[in-house]
Amino acid sequence: MKVEARFLLGLGLFFGVVGLVYWLWSGEDAGGVMLGAAMLLGFLPGSYYLYWSRRMAPRPEDDSTATPASGAGVVGTFPGSSIWPFTLGMGSFVTVLALVFGIWLLVPGLSLVAWALLGGVAESRRGGHV
Amino acid sequence: MVDVLERPLTRAEPPPEAHGPTGLLKWLTTTDHKVIGLSYTVTAVIMMVIGGAFAEIIRAQLASPNGTLVSLAQFNELFTMHGSVMIYLFAGPFAFGALANIIVPIQIGAPDMAFPRLNALSYWLYLTGSITMLSGFFTAGGAASFGWVGYAPLSNSLNTPGAGADLWIGGLLLTGFSAIFTGVNLVATIFYLRAPGMTMFRMPIFTWNLLVTAILILLAFPVLTAGLIMLYADRHFGTHIFSVAGGGVPVLWQHIFWFWGHPEVYILALPFFGMVTEIIAVFSRKPVFGYRGMIFATISIAALSLGVWAHHMFTTGVVLLPFFSMMSLLIAVPTGIKIFNWIGTMWRGEVWFSAAMLMALGFLVTFLVGGLTGVYLASPPLDFFTHDTYFVVAHFHSVVMALVMAAMAGLYYWGPKFTGYLLNETIGKVQFWFLFVGTQVFTLPLYLVGLRGMPRRIAVYPHDPQWQFLNDLSSVGAVLIGISTLVFVANLVYSWKKYPAGDNPWDAQTLEWFTTSPPPHHNFYRLPPIRSERPTWDYNHPEHRSVPHGPSDRGSA
Amino acid sequence: MVVAGLVLSGCTVPSFGASPGDTTSSRSVFHLWQGFSIGAALIGGLVVVLVLWAVVRYRRRSERIPPQHQYHIPLELTYTIVPILIVLGLFAATMVVENKEVANPRTNVTIDVNAFQWGWKFTYPGTNAMVVGQTTQTPTMVMPVDTNVHINLTSSDVVHGFYVKAFNFSRYALPGVLNQFTLHALSTGTFFGQCTQLCGLYHSLMWFDVKVVTPAQYQAWLAAFHGPAASAAAAAASAAVRQQTSSITPTKPATSTGAG
Repeated sequence: MKVEARFLLGLGLFFGVVGLVYWLWSGEDAGGVMLGAAMLLGFLPGSYYLYWSRRMAPRPEDDSTATPASGAGVVGTFPGSSIWPFTLGMGSFVTVLALVFGIWLLVPGLSLVAWALLGGVAESRRGGHV
Repeated sequence: MVDVLERPLTRAEPPPEAHGPTGLLKWLTTTDHKVIGLSYTVTAVIMMVIGGAFAEIIRAQLASPNGTLVSLAQFNELFTMHGSVMIYLFAGPFAFGALANIIVPIQIGAPDMAFPRLNALSYWLYLTGSITMLSGFFTAGGAASFGWVGYAPLSNSLNTPGAGADLWIGGLLLTGFSAIFTGVNLVATIFYLRAPGMTMFRMPIFTWNLLVTAILILLAFPVLTAGLIMLYADRHFGTHIFSVAGGGVPVLWQHIFWFWGHPEVYILALPFFGMVTEIIAVFSRKPVFGYRGMIFATISIAALSLGVWAHHMFTTGVVLLPFFSMMSLLIAVPTGIKIFNWIGTMWRGEVWFSAAMLMALGFLVTFLVGGLTGVYLASPPLDFFTHDTYFVVAHFHSVVMALVMAAMAGLYYWGPKFTGYLLNETIGKVQFWFLFVGTQVFTLPLYLVGLRGMPRRIAVYPHDPQWQFLNDLSSVGAVLIGISTLVFVANLVYSWKKYPAGDNPWDAQTLEWFTTSPPPHHNFYRLPPIRSERPTWDYNHPEHRSVPHGPSDRGSA
Repeated sequence: MVVAGLVLSGCTVPSFGASPGDTTSSRSVFHLWQGFSIGAALIGGLVVVLVLWAVVRYRRRSERIPPQHQYHIPLELTYTIVPILIVLGLFAATMVVENKEVANPRTNVTIDVNAFQWGWKFTYPGTNAMVVGQTTQTPTMVMPVDTNVHINLTSSDVVHGFYVKAFNFSRYALPGVLNQFTLHALSTGTFFGQCTQLCGLYHSLMWFDVKVVTPAQYQAWLAAFHGPAASAAAAAASAAVRQQTSSITPTKPATSTGAG
């Protein structure tokens, strides 16, 4: 976890320095703001990983001497198949078409999105079903 | 159905195979990264063919000074959609959605992406976004016509009314979110699902490049999405963010667009750099030369790429020239390191000219041309001279055609892994020569016509025998590239299920070649011990591990 | 430094596809171009030779597994540090030319250039002279030779690009921004110019000419705009233009000077 944290914090630091130099030198605000946001995108997850890297047990993937057996146990749960991503995608599609063809399309679009979100969440809680 | 997955140890019996629906419903409901990746691959290649067809029409129009094949308005739509389809719908999704989706989880020994359902959603957003953008051609006013960069105020509702432009914005919103979700998924997968012993500095270069690409996606794409929402608000809600009349600033669009746009160049390029790195190493039978240097070069490119956006805006007269010039020139350094590392990988190796390796070498030479001409454009005086001429067009077509060659290299190299069948090598080499020669004949005259003053995005040009000759030559190159695409399709048809690949047809080095072709539902029956970035090679050639010279790999036997 | 040296003496070296052009700036840009091109040719040539050598000398002849060397730190450091030095050299040469090009020396002749969809308006402050033309009626900007000519570039609607190939120079005409630069033509003649930034339907046809004349001819040309007939024509033309261009006046005195 340490390498991941350092990688992100390093990027954040770089963007912070570059952003500060740029903003002070040019006085142009848009670029300064965007580079500042880039710095945050390095720092926020980077600090999160640093925090956890100090508190969690060493992981076999960070251990250079680990064997496949060191990772024995549950990796995670993976959905085999699910219709909800497709439903959510179609809902988003119709919602975006509402931007072009008329506000009324928001009704079916957002309904589909809401239905898909509920369905997806329920699927996760239930332990999954197609 | 949900699978609770345990680590694959050496198993007597294979793990449970895919279950659930079959047929069309299987495609609609799949969350398997390999199936999603294959859908991405097929869709992206179709987009490449569509964008290529636009390019052929453009080149036919420009074969004579007063071409009458299309009208001025149609020409504007064509080059806008050519650029948009190639950048947003082909190169990007192919780079981080297609092969990456299939290969990255297997390269690090993961059973799937970290968020399989989010991965499926990414694909559906990409597909619907593509349909949305292209459907502009079927509206009354035609497709978007303000260039793929959509500069304000040309893209406002006064100058470009009509549904085509809104469909362009809508399509980009959908594909933009698709990219962001893929970025999240890749980072989580690479950070959390690596196999035991697969430390960060043992990940293959392809995976490293995809990690850096994913971070760049997360940094850049939200900016584009925000900009598009502002543009839509200007068009329909009466805001004046980009219009002078209401106190807005048109140049702000250029800042926002290129703050996404330049990292996007590397979002497109880095995955292909990764593919080429793997392919050159495998077909030279050597480890990647300067593995750690390669990783630091990738990270440097990504970091610098966020500080160079305004080199696209040198001629606006309102940007800080020395800062952007210096940052842009500096990107040449890590890029050069990569090129020398690729040569170092081949040096004293055993170079096998397979179709994939030829494509990778074609990439190397073509990218060299594109890279060197890019250095000119980092110098403001030279950019004033060549900006918005065909010199710039030629520069980035050298780069993207190099990426197309890398994409083909990737398909010839990894295709057998996820289909189980090899493509015909001889037809592949024929395709390579058409593609390589066609690319040079297509781009090199464009550099010259640009230096002679021909601006980009014009449908008709002054009568000038030199301009016309160079344009004709370029059009011939475009035809050769078109033929290479047909040869590729012919190869797909000819080789269909003809040459079974086996698990490791190339004597390759990374983890994806340890499992079967195609891999089982959750990728692995068993894993080898991972002691370097080449676990499969170490397993097959235990007496030929890399020679630790320089920073030794901690714990390597 | 090698590059900088070549930039200064670069008259006998090949043109690499570009041409010296007709202004003081275009000549120094051309020399910078030659310097960059020599560097690119040397580095590109080196890489191509290395690639060809690698693929010919080390092509696969047997099933032998080659030595598995992976690092060579001194070599890797060399091809990191040498490019950094080259880049610094290119940057130094760039700055020399750039500072000359974007400098705004004191001038006596000023031309206001206004770009609109799809044409150009050239006005000469302090005189009655004005030239307007769009698409098919290519307008001509007249300017004196061997004189610093100050250009105020504006746009009435969308972004346009003021580009004259013979000057090796282009600059955006941005709505809401006043872009300024100086041209110093070295010989007389007529040069083709064109809008380079996509500006809508007739972008392809947004042409203009620049006619560089002797100062005497320039004064005579200006004088032709005086007198009742000429000013009436000018007023009519000006009214016509005002009708088709929006009335947005540049507000933000932006700079094209130095680091602006």
